[in-house]
Amino acid sequence: MTAQTPLTREAAGAGTPVPAPAATSTSMFDMSTPAGQRLALGLRTAAAWLVALLVFFPILFMVVTSFKTELQAIAVPSVWIFQPTLDNFTHVQERSDYLLYAKNSLITSVVSTLVGLAIAAPAAYSMAFFPTRRTKSLLMWMLSTKMMPAVGALLPIYVLAQTSGLLDTKLALTIVFMLSNLPLMVWMLYSHFKDIPSEILEASRMDGATLWDEFRHVVLPLGMGGLASTGLLCLVLAWNEAFWSLNLTAANAGTLAALIASYSSPEGLFWSKLSAASVLAIAPIVVFGWFSQKQLVQGLTFGAVK
Amino acid sequence: MSFLQLERVEKHFGEVRTIKGVDLSIERGQFTVFVGPSGCGKSTLLRLIAGLENVDVGRIVLDGRDITRLPSAQRDLAMVFQSYALYPHMTVAENMSFALRLAKADVAVIEKKVGRAAEILNLGPYLKRLPRELSGGQRQRVAIGRAIVREPKVFLFDEPLSNLDAALRGQTRVEIARLHRELGATTIYVTHDQVEAMTLADQVVVLRDGAIEQVGSPLALYDHPANRFVAQFIGTPQMNVVERVEMPAAAGEVAGAAFVGVRPEDLRLAPAGLGQLAAKVELVEALGAETLIYLNTPRGAQMVLRQDERTDLAPGDDVGVNVETGHLHWFDAQGRVLEGARPAQ
Repeated sequence: MTAQTPLTREAAGAGTPVPAPAATSTSMFDMSTPAGQRLALGLRTAAAWLVALLVFFPILFMVVTSFKTELQAIAVPSVWIFQPTLDNFTHVQERSDYLLYAKNSLITSVVSTLVGLAIAAPAAYSMAFFPTRRTKSLLMWMLSTKMMPAVGALLPIYVLAQTSGLLDTKLALTIVFMLSNLPLMVWMLYSHFKDIPSEILEASRMDGATLWDEFRHVVLPLGMGGLASTGLLCLVLAWNEAFWSLNLTAANAGTLAALIASYSSPEGLFWSKLSAASVLAIAPIVVFGWFSQKQLVQGLTFGAVK
Repeated sequence: MSFLQLERVEKHFGEVRTIKGVDLSIERGQFTVFVGPSGCGKSTLLRLIAGLENVDVGRIVLDGRDITRLPSAQRDLAMVFQSYALYPHMTVAENMSFALRLAKADVAVIEKKVGRAAEILNLGPYLKRLPRELSGGQRQRVAIGRAIVREPKVFLFDEPLSNLDAALRGQTRVEIARLHRELGATTIYVTHDQVEAMTLADQVVVLRDGAIEQVGSPLALYDHPANRFVAQFIGTPQMNVVERVEMPAAAGEVAGAAFVGVRPEDLRLAPAGLGQLAAKVELVEALGAETLIYLNTPRGAQMVLRQDERTDLAPGDDVGVNVETGHLHWFDAQGRVLEGARPAQ
């Protein structure tokens, strides 16, 4: 009997007079009128701004905090109107050599990306144009290595670096960055190269091109967009990498990620200085990302639209 | 030995033999067309000659040199692909000169050859353009130009017209025939369109299921098909092949004949009740210059008749049909042609 209750209610509802939809057609929410359309657009815009601000807020807060004194930084409720100071930035540069860390970040990310591209491009080329029965499984296997938590490989890699005397060197970091990005690079380039019609390569072979000619004159120029977006993405990933930088480096080869982390350790948390260090660390890559957004987005959505 | 010789060439994909032992001779300067239904292996055979697929059994000899195992780049062949396969990042001139530049040819020589090819193909105004700025027909001409510039031993065409619309296809077909006449280059041309085969070829190779069914000049294939498959593949509308009992006694008799073939133009209309056969009109296709009349015989066989005259016949009309008994093709139960068939009269 209970199951019937909603039905009875509905029936009762149907009996009560309900204003016809036509009666509300003059309402502002009616999408068919210009005013309604403007309102809907306004609501959507406001919602988009709200989400964007929510996402952006922590970064904004960090940037603002980096210009506060430590006292202002820990004040509750937080202070929004204050006399900005650059002391934190001076302090960061004095306490730790920012430029050294920045240089380490730059070298490890650029070199690991270039070496990675040099290895991934031929691999992706052979997989895209000379696939065998096992190519798909090989690609899946490569990707599966990215599914293992990095910490799982920490011990062996640490011991390897230690015994070969590479702890706290840019070389060790570069190799690890390169290797950990390699599966992604091969996948992205593979998917880009797949878009090159194989008949074009066959045409170049008929034209007398050797393997190298074919790669140099046809695959590389046609795959340049893919190489650029892959390279950019891996550059950003390597720059932002923290786990390996923290575990494999100390004072000499530390990257900007290690610089930030150093502000949260022995002396307790100094919010404004930590923020200043973070701002310094992310500034270069944010600027870089801003200028290469188009290629980056292409890279991030690889394979999504063919 | 011929200019290009294929000896028992086989290609296997896994367990499947896609090319089943092909023997073929192509003479210098000859225009050879591989024709057959889709999946017959004609493109694979071309790719084996081009070196884009590996030959599993047999050998290929070009101009006295065994090229079976040579990479494509060293075979001295040029290919025009169905999709044109132009280099999208190179201009028309760069596309056409790519092979010569790879071969480190002299700049003056390259310019001369590209200029000449552009002139032959009316591509002069487009030399600086990129392929994406060209129409389909122009791209096709660039692809042909790229082959001409090479001056290869053999031109290979892989269904070059199938991406063009009907009008352009006819026009380009004429142009390819003219090019072959002017350059006299040995050419192998793959198509599924038997009209292209008939109009372009010196020698037609009809393929089915990875094997050659018949080789010959276009008219030889039309007039003397070796079997029922070739008989029905060459010619539109296709040859009528009916059971022996459908034919009138006047057609004569050949021992072992199971089927009889007759071309649509070898049937003649007669008034109803007259003629060697009785039939009912099923459909009339008036094409202007010719008229196709589809007929059903009392036993249920279908035949098509072609005549130049127009007709007032309508579906359902009864007609009589006469058969040009001198032009009949006799086949045994396996579809092989039977020789020595002469009409009774």
